[in-house]
Amino acid sequence: MNIIVAIKQVPDLVEGLEIDSSGKDLDREWLKFKLNEFDDHALEEALVLKEETGATVTAIALNADGIDKILFTAAAKGADRIISVTGDFGDVVSSHEAASALASVISQLDHDIVMTGVQAVDDRDGQLAVLLAHHLKMPHVSVVTGVKVNGSSATITKEYGGGMVAEFEAELPVVLGIQAASQTPRYVPVAKVRQIMRSASIEEIAAGGDSAGAGSSVSRFFKPESGGGAQMIEGSAADQAGKIVELLKEKGIK
Amino acid sequence: MSQVFVITEHINGQFEDITFEMLGKGKEVASSTGGELVAVLMGSGQKDLASQLGVADKVIYADHAELANFNPEAHSKTAAAIVAANSPKLVIAASSSMGMEIAPAISVDCNMSMIAYVSNISADGQTLVSQLYGGKMNVESAVEGNGCVACVLPGAFSGDAGQGGGSPAVEDFTAPDLSGLKIKFKQLIAPDSSGVDITQQGILVSVGRGIQNADNLPMVEELAAKIGGAISCSRPIVDNKWLPKSRQVGKSGLKVKPKFYLALGISGAPEHIEGMKDAELIIAVNSDPNAPIFDYAHYGVVGDLFDIIPELTGKL
Ligand SMILES: Cc1cc2nc3c(=O)[nH]c(=O)nc-3n(C[C@H](O)[C@H](O)[C@H](O)COP(=O)(O)OP(=O)(O)OC[C@H]3O[C@@H](n4cnc5c(N)ncnc54)[C@H](O)[C@@H]3O)c2cc1C
Repeated sequence: MNIIVAIKQVPDLVEGLEIDSSGKDLDREWLKFKLNEFDDHALEEALVLKEETGATVTAIALNADGIDKILFTAAAKGADRIISVTGDFGDVVSSHEAASALASVISQLDHDIVMTGVQAVDDRDGQLAVLLAHHLKMPHVSVVTGVKVNGSSATITKEYGGGMVAEFEAELPVVLGIQAASQTPRYVPVAKVRQIMRSASIEEIAAGGDSAGAGSSVSRFFKPESGGGAQMIEGSAADQAGKIVELLKEKGIK
Repeated sequence: MSQVFVITEHINGQFEDITFEMLGKGKEVASSTGGELVAVLMGSGQKDLASQLGVADKVIYADHAELANFNPEAHSKTAAAIVAANSPKLVIAASSSMGMEIAPAISVDCNMSMIAYVSNISADGQTLVSQLYGGKMNVESAVEGNGCVACVLPGAFSGDAGQGGGSPAVEDFTAPDLSGLKIKFKQLIAPDSSGVDITQQGILVSVGRGIQNADNLPMVEELAAKIGGAISCSRPIVDNKWLPKSRQVGKSGLKVKPKFYLALGISGAPEHIEGMKDAELIIAVNSDPNAPIFDYAHYGVVGDLFDIIPELTGKL
C-alpha cells in the first residue's frame, strides 16, 4: 500500500504578525515557519498505518525556502520517500494552485491513500484536501479522526460538531483531510534529522499541467480590532489575581 | 446579482444553526443586488424540511437514498451538479465539517473561486473578509470572474434574519448518478454523555495548550474546585488525551454559555471561539498580548498562567 502525505509550512503564530508595506500580505522578513500542525497529524497517521500494514509513506511538498528541513524531518520520522515539487511558485501559493501542482505529480505516483491536514492557518481560498481530491478525481473524506485499513477499503471516522462522529467505509484510493492522528505526533531529535540528511535525498519533480489561480485577489490585510475587546487587568500576578477575585464577587459569581 | 445560493445543512432531521445564519446573510445580499435567494436542500424523504426555509425565494430539493445521511461523495457531487445547472454568482456554504467537503468540490467542479473562514460579505457580494492565522489577521478578498463559493464561519451572522418568512416554491432536482459510490455511510456515533456535562455548568475553568503537559492539570483542577466550577479545555488537550472529549469546547466539541468562563492559555482560534463566545463573563489569561482570545474576553490578563493560577487559588 502506498500512502502519500502532502505537507507544507505555515507561519508560526507564536511570533507577532505584522502587515507588509503593500498592505496585502504578512511582513515575511521576520516570520518563523513551522510544519502545519494538521499536516503533522496527517504524517503521524500515515506512519501509524505504515506500522500496522507495512505501507510505503511518501511525504510531498511544494518547493519553498526551508522545505528541505521539513522533508528531512518527515524522513527522520519514518517517511520512505520525500519529494519536493518544483515550479514557479511565489511567496504566497494559493490552495487552488497548490492542489493543481500537487495533483499533477501525485497522479503519476502509486497511491492508495492521499492525506493532508484538514486545514492550515493561511488557506484563504479553501482547504487543500478536497481541492486536491477533485483535481485527482478521487473521493474524499475530511475532518478525519480515525483510519483503519482493511485490505482494499478503509473505515474512516469523521467528526461533526458537538462530539458527534460519523463512520464511513471507503473503497481505496481515497483522499483524506486529517484532523487528528490516533496518537500525538511523534517528535524526532535534531541529531536524527541531521543523520538522515546525510543518507536520504529529496527527489525533485516538476509540477505539470496548467496552474489554476485562486480566482480572487487580496485587497488588504487588517488586524482584528480589539474594539469592545477585553479590559486589561494590570499589575503583578498577585494584583491581577486579586482583581479577578474582586470582579467575581462584584458579579455575584463568588 | 442574479442568484445567491445557500447550501443548507441538517443532521438527524434538524437544521444546524449555521443554516439560518447563511440564509440571513444570503437574503441581505440577494435583496441589495435585486437577486433571488435559493436554498439548496439535499436529503431522502425530507422535502418537508423546506417549510423551515421560508426566508428563501426558492428551495431546490434533491432526493436520493444516498443523501439520507451526509456522505462526502454523494453530497458534494449533488451540490456541484445543482450549482452547475444554475450558475449562481455567489454560493454560501458553511465553514463546517460538511461544508468543508462541499465548498471545495463546487469550486473545482464548477470553476468558481472559493474563500474560506468568511466573517463578512459586502452587500454586493463581491468583497469578502476572512479570518486567517488563527484569528490573528483579517484578509479582505475581491472576487474575480466566474462567481465565488464563500465558506462562512458559524456565529459570524445573526440567525434571526434567516428564520421565518413565507412558503417558498420547492423545485425538485434529479440527483446525478450516485450508483457505485466509493464512500459508504455506516453510522452516526453520538458522543459519550457520561460524566460532567459542561454545557450545564455555571462556571468553567478552561485550559489550553499553554498548560504544556498533563502533569500541570492538577493545579487547574484545584482552582476549578475552589471556584466551584468544572474543568473544560481546548482541542489539543483532548487530542493529547489529557482530558476526555466531553470536556472540549468549540466547533467539534460543545457549545457552552456559562455565567463565567476562565480561559487559561487558550489562543482563541475561531474554532474555539465558536463554542464559548456567548458566555456571560469571559476572563482570559495569556502570555501573548496579541492573542485573539482578548478580542472576545471581557477582561484580560497578560501573564504567565503558572503565576496566576496559584495566586488565584490562594485568594479564593
Ligand atoms: C475542523 C476543526 C475543528 C476544531 N474544533 C475545535 C474545538 O472544538 N475546540 C478547540 O478548542 N479547537 C478546535 N480546533 C482547533 C483550533 O483550530 C486550534 O488549533 C485550537 O483551538 C488551539 O488550542 P489552544 O488555544 O489551546 O492552543 P494554541 O493555539 O497553541 O494556544 C496556546 C496559547 O497559550 C498561550 N500560552 C503559552 N504558554 C503560556 C503561559 N505560560 N501562560 C499563559 N499563556 C500561555 C500562548 O500564548 C497561546 O496563545 C478545530 C480545528 C479544526 C480544523
